[in-house]
Parts: sequence; C-alpha cells; structure tokens
Amino acid sequence: MTISPRFLRRLKKLREFFSLLVRNRMGLVGLAIIILFLILAIFAPFLRTVNPTKVGTSKNILLSPSPQFWLGTDDLAKDVWSQIVYGSRISLAIGFLAAIITVFTGSLIGLIAGFYGGKIGEILMRIVDFFMMLPMLPLMIVLAAVLGPSIWNIIFVVSIVSWPTTARVIRSQVLSLKERTFIEASRCIGASDFLLMFNEILPNVVPIMFAESVLMVTEAIYAEAVLSFLGLGDPTAISWGMMLHFAFESGTMGKAFWWVLPPIACIVILIIGFTFLGTAITDILEPGYKEAHGF
Amino acid sequence: MALLEVKNLKVYYFTRKGTAKAVDGVNFSIDKNETLGLIGESGCGKTTTALSLMRFVTPPGRIVKGKIVFDGRDIISMSNEEIRLLRGKEISIVFQAAQNALNPVMTIEKQISEGILEHESITEDEALERAKNQLNLVGIGDERSKSYPHELSGGMKQRVMIAMATVCNPKLLILDEPVTGLDVIVQRQILSLINDLRAKLHLTIVIIAHDLSVIAETCDKIAVMYAGKIVEQASAVSLYKNPMHPYSQALIKAYPSIKGEKKKLKSIPGAPPRLVNPPPGCKFHPRCSYAADICRKKEPIIREKEGHLVACHLN
Amino acid sequence: MGLKGFAIKKIIAAIITIFAIVGVNFVIFRMAPGDPVRMMFRDPRISGEQMQLIREKFGLDKPLWGQFISYLKELSHGNLGLSFWQKRPVLDVITDRIPQTLLLVLTALTIAMFLGTIFGALAGWKRGTRVDSFILSLSLTMYSIPAFSLGIILLLIFAYILSIFPLSGMTTPASGLTGLGYWKDVLWHMCLPAFSIIMWYIGEYVLLTRGSMLDTLRKDYILTARAKGLKESTILIKHALRNALLPVITVTGVNIGFAVAGVIEVETVFSWPGIGRLVYDAVMKRDYPLLQGVFLVFAISIVLANLVIDLIYGYIDPRIKVGGEKK
Repeated sequence: MTISPRFLRRLKKLREFFSLLVRNRMGLVGLAIIILFLILAIFAPFLRTVNPTKVGTSKNILLSPSPQFWLGTDDLAKDVWSQIVYGSRISLAIGFLAAIITVFTGSLIGLIAGFYGGKIGEILMRIVDFFMMLPMLPLMIVLAAVLGPSIWNIIFVVSIVSWPTTARVIRSQVLSLKERTFIEASRCIGASDFLLMFNEILPNVVPIMFAESVLMVTEAIYAEAVLSFLGLGDPTAISWGMMLHFAFESGTMGKAFWWVLPPIACIVILIIGFTFLGTAITDILEPGYKEAHGF
Repeated sequence: MALLEVKNLKVYYFTRKGTAKAVDGVNFSIDKNETLGLIGESGCGKTTTALSLMRFVTPPGRIVKGKIVFDGRDIISMSNEEIRLLRGKEISIVFQAAQNALNPVMTIEKQISEGILEHESITEDEALERAKNQLNLVGIGDERSKSYPHELSGGMKQRVMIAMATVCNPKLLILDEPVTGLDVIVQRQILSLINDLRAKLHLTIVIIAHDLSVIAETCDKIAVMYAGKIVEQASAVSLYKNPMHPYSQALIKAYPSIKGEKKKLKSIPGAPPRLVNPPPGCKFHPRCSYAADICRKKEPIIREKEGHLVACHLN
Repeated sequence: MGLKGFAIKKIIAAIITIFAIVGVNFVIFRMAPGDPVRMMFRDPRISGEQMQLIREKFGLDKPLWGQFISYLKELSHGNLGLSFWQKRPVLDVITDRIPQTLLLVLTALTIAMFLGTIFGALAGWKRGTRVDSFILSLSLTMYSIPAFSLGIILLLIFAYILSIFPLSGMTTPASGLTGLGYWKDVLWHMCLPAFSIIMWYIGEYVLLTRGSMLDTLRKDYILTARAKGLKESTILIKHALRNALLPVITVTGVNIGFAVAGVIEVETVFSWPGIGRLVYDAVMKRDYPLLQGVFLVFAISIVLANLVIDLIYGYIDPRIKVGGEKK
C-alpha cells in the first residue's frame, strides 16, 4: 500500500498541532499534570506502599502521615497514599471511557443532524434541546440509583447525560462547513452523501471532536467524584470520591484532614489539568492563532 | 487662519510582521466652512488619518510624528480629558458602516441626546427636544424618535449617525465613507443632506471616499492618498477635470460618473502595495503605465504645478 | 411577532417540556430490573396483600400505557407517592424542605450573580492588565473545584479547625431561640454553605460576563459612544454593560441546572435541611419514590425558571419586543 499524499499532509498537520500545543503555556501545564497522573495510574502496583484494600490492625486507625504511612491511614487503618494511587486509575478510566462514548455518540448525532438538516435534523435537535434542559446531576443521581452502583453504570450515566452538548457543537461546525465552497465543489462533481460526510466533513470536525473529548473528560471525572461522594459509587472500587464519601460518613473527617485533603487535591488538580489542555486546544483551533504565534 | 492643520503626520502600526506605515508624512489644511475630500483605494491610510484627527488610533497603532493643530491647539499633545471634551463637541465623526455603529438596545433619541447632555448643561427634557429637532433636520421626523436601530433602514441609520454627529454644532465634521454600502438613490439623498447641513450649520467637513465621482460635487478641495501619502491635492473641479498624477487619473477612470456621462471604465491593474515593505522609489510605480527608471529609484517629493500639489517625477 | 406572541410560544414550549419530563421520569423508574413495587418499597415487612394493594393504587397491574395514564392522574392530584423512609406523602416531605433551600440558594445566587458580573465586567474592561489576569485565574480555579470539595475544605478550616462557624444544620439544636435571635442563628449557620455556593458559582459568572464584555467592547457602537465624548464610566455602564449582560441573562437559564448540582453537593456537606440534602438522604435510604419526586421538582423548577428568564429577556431586548425573533 502506498502512503497517499493526503495522509502525509494530515500527518504534518498533526505534528504542527502538537508543537503548537507544547509551546502554549496552558497546554504544557495541562499535559504535564495529565502525564503525571497517567504514570501514577499505570505504575500503581509499584508506587503503592501497602495493599490499599487491606484493613489494618486497630492500632493503626486514623494515624497521621508518617514514614510508614505516607499520607496516614483511614478509620479502617487502610493506607491513604495507596488508595490515592489506585484512585487515579478509576478517575482516568472513567474519564477517558465516558468521554470517548459521549463524543462518539454526540458527534454521530451532530453530524447527521447538521448534514441532513431538514426534518431529521429538526427532530434530533429538539431531543438535544430537551436533554439540555434536564438538570444533569439529579438525572445522573436518579439513573445511578435505579441502575445500581457499578463503574460501568457510572460511565453509562455520564455518557447519556453529556452527549447532547457535543452533538450541538458538532452540528454547528458541520453547518458552517457545509457552506464552504469545497463541499459545494465535491457535490457538483457528484460525490455521494456518504463520501462527502466521511471524506470532506469528518476530517474537518476531528479537531473539534478532540477538544470536546478533553473537556468531556473533566465532566466525567467530576461526575464520578460527586456520584461516589453521594454514595452512588462502586463500593468495590477505590476512587477519590469514595474516599471522601467514607470520610464524610465516618464523622471523623474533622480529626483526619490527611484523609480528606489528598483526594480533594487530586480531583481538583486533575480537573484543572484537563481544563487547561482543553482550553489550549480550543485556542489553537481558533482561526488566526498560528499567524499570531509566528507559525 | 486654517481651522485644521495637519503637518507631517505619521501613524505606524507595529505588528509582528513589521511596521506598517499607514500614514507616512501627510500634510493638509482646511479653512473654516471648507470641505476637503480624501480619496484613495481601501488600505491607503484614509481612515487612519481620520481616526488620528480624533486621537482614536489604538495599539498596535501609534501616532509617531507630526502635528495636528485644531483651532490653535495641538491635538496630539492634549490630555485624555481635554480630547474627550473635544470629541462630539468640537470635532465629530460618522464612522464607516454606520449600520453597526448604533447601540441596539437604546432608542435613537436617547443616543442623540446623551451627547448634548455630556457637553452642555441642559436638562434631559431639553436634550430630548433638541434630539427631536435634529431628527427633523436630517429628514427622519420626530415621530420615530423612540425607535430602536433595528427598526430603521440603512439610509435612515446613516441619517441618525449624521444627526448625532452634528447635534452639538461641531466646528469640524469627519465623514468616513458616508455613502458606502447604500444603494445609489439613498447615496444621492445622503449626499444632498450633507450639502444641506453644510450650508445650514456652516460646517467644516473632511469627507472620505474611495470613489471620486461621488464626492466631487460636495467638496471644495480634494486630496488623493496612496500608500500612506498624499500624491495629489487640488481644487475639486480642477482635480476631476484635469488629474495630473497617474494614480488620480486611474482612479477617476475606474468609477462611473454619478451624472451618468458615458465613459469607458478602466480598472487599475495590480493591488495597493503592502504597507510593511513598500516598493522603493515612487510607491505607485509597479502599477503605473508611465513608470520610468527614476520612478523605481527615487521617491518623488510633492510640489506645486498649475495650482495642483503633485508628487510625480513625470509632472 | 410581538412580545405577546413570543411569550405564548415560550409558554407552550415549557408545557411540552414539562410533559416530556414527566414521561422521562416515568420511564426511568420502570427501566430498572425487577419488580417496581419491590424496588420502591425495599421493606421485607411488606406483605403480599399490602403489595397487591399498592399495585392497584399505582395501577401497576395494568399494561404500561395504562400505568402511565394513572401515573399522570395521580400526579395531577399532587400525589407523588409515599416516601418509604418517612412513611408519609412525598409531596409533603418535599414541600417541608423547599423554604430552606430557597433561602440558601436565592441568597447565594443573588450575591454570586451580583459580584460575578461586576468582577467579570471589570476584568473585561481592564483586559490584559494585572486585574484581569488575577480575576481570570482565580475564577478558572474556582470553576474547576467541585462544589462539595469546596464545602469540605471550608468546613475543615472554619468549622473544625478555627471553630468560627457551626459544623452542620440550619439552627442550633434545642436552643429555643425565637425572633431575631433565631434568624441570627440561621444566618450564622448559613454563612459557610452560602459562601461555598457563591464561590463555586461566581467563577462561572465572571467567565461569562468577561467573555461577553470583550465581545461588546469590539462593537462599533462603543467607538461611537467614545466619539460623542462620553466619560469612560458612562460608556461602561450605559453602553457596554447593558449589551454585555444580555447573553449573560440567557445563559443564566441554562446554568440553573448547574446551580442545582451545587445545591445538592453543598447541602449534603453542611447537612442543610433542604431539597438538596433530601436527595442524599433518599439515595442513602434507597427511597425511590422520594428520589423520583425530588427529580421531578428540580426538573420542573428549571423549566419554569428558564421560562421566566426568557420572558425577562424578551422584555429587555427591544429586538424581541418589536421585531422578529433574535438570531
């Protein structure tokens, strides 16, 4: 198979995009934070000090940080640091999976609604509008409560609540692309709808889809944390939100800030990381950014 | 004594790609009750010149050199407060694309009256009354005084802008492309309104256009700008009938006459030079059909000839 | 189309949305695997006979469509079912909690909106300066912190460590306070939860207003106002702010949904006896009828709030009042 010049052109564009990204201060900080947590998640078994699920002896209950327990222990004498390390796995997994599902669904519907317009588009957008009217968190709580606590249910719940935002963004992008001349030109030479959609429109919405996915990760991490904190998390998984839930329920929160502050700090920093990255990507995609930054 | 005197004005835009000399040593003066036309293609520095007269040049642009003496005072060295008190009271401007220059959520009488209230000590009712008179004066009729901008047509919005600019009887009125974007009939109406007001209010006017034929009748004097410089200046009649600079000649040939005389239209080949790295010598030489060797090497200086001020080696 | 037509259109849309919400609410609670009665009343003490009675009462012996009709019928009589946890009608449980939530939310939102728009407008007006970047970075941080984490941090610092404010609740238990003393006590309890909501919500308003302000300042009519020789403060207030606030008002409607999220989280952290805390309690007690009821109340109040905002917008923006629909 020969490499088409089109593919090479896109590869060059991609490289250019990444070099723009690392030169953007926000983008760089965001990437650094995310990579840090990725390392934490991937190497969790090596970074933990003890088995995070292991209930300790009663003399180790609520110990403050020490060389043995880096971040102290909780009310069941479990090591907080090890829980934090494993918690990053849940947050990132839920964040990425939910974002992928959401953006895939949202983009598909946005593409169809934008491309076909007319009745189908109208009906789809009405559904989107309706979903956007619903209060997200209560809807997620209700769904999670009905479906029962599990990681997969949380991913499902986050995706079903968030796709309309993406659909809307993608649709408006498709609508503006449709007006451009090159689409008209392809239509004139008789390209089919299917070809047009996948050859001309899709490649041009991919950057936006990427930016949307990054921002959607923040939504998903946030949602997991809140749902878990409210007691709807998966009790068999260790997550930052669950840690906060147990700390809150135990009533000993006031005495053990080392149990509470690390998960909060992780949630906030990770969300800030993805927000920075998303903001940077959106900025770079803005027309005129390249010129203004000497490219 | 001249009401306004512009001496060696230089306004540069400092961009990442280099310094764009939008206005590069412009000289002109206007006497009281005189109307000066500034013409040229877009991007030749007309609007920047007009904006400098009210000190509206914003970064990355800066007035780097020159003097703007208005009524005996230098505008460039004024404090911000002094220039603010001058704006709308002594010098007024009607911006290009007046359609978007009105506040969409304010009635037009409010927008007209707030300028009076700022500069004169009168009550709000008196100011609204003045605004209504002003609307009558520009031919809208005071029954529309409570309208919002989106309820008016393009021509009417332009009238409102003119009403707003003249409400304090300014000593100098600047009109930046006052008829661009309007259809031909409305263009004529607006121009005759400007002529009326000039007579009634004894206005001194600087009017900017890219089409000489549109403003030729309205102006006493005309200055032709090219690439940030004035290349020819003369009385309106003389310049229209007997343009000396090749650019002026080309410009007149490029637009149809508003009176409907039949003539062959001829577009000017090429595009105006980029202001960052203009060509050496006479800046018009790449597009000039008479260009000689000297034109490519030496920049012509402006001098007087047969009542015209012209910057061309060949004249 | 005048203001009246605009209002009628919006009201009809709101009614349709409410019907759709009721439908969704019905579907979600029947989506769950297993017997809905078993799920709704996870009480082993319920006998088979009682269960049959409940089935008939809710019309659960009928086909799904018939069930929906009887659900609507019950709903129209204000019957949202029985709370399993409190053993009394769901509607009563909810209405008991509404005033506390309104007190907290309206106070916090008013302050947040007021301060947020002021700081946002200031940042936009002074764009590129230190003031701008300070306000901007603080808002972005606040925006990224989940409301419940913010609450927990405040609780740790001001209640546990410094002991300036109470740990939880709305009043001091068994204090027997009345009149002014009672309200002072409530205010003291309200400080931390309200502050959490304000801080969380203010970021959103700052970002919104700043963005809108930047758009507005680029408009030609701002230059026109300058050309009239108006004072900068007049331009800011009369020309820039009013136009900049229009989009902020529209987005407020959409954001009420987010405000609800903040309420649930903050009320939970501070045990504030409102509807938000009720959600948490319903989840912990697995009280599904109550959860269903609270969701319905939240969803419908958001629709109504949006309706009110649309109508206000229609009143403020002359382009809707007289002419056609805004673009």
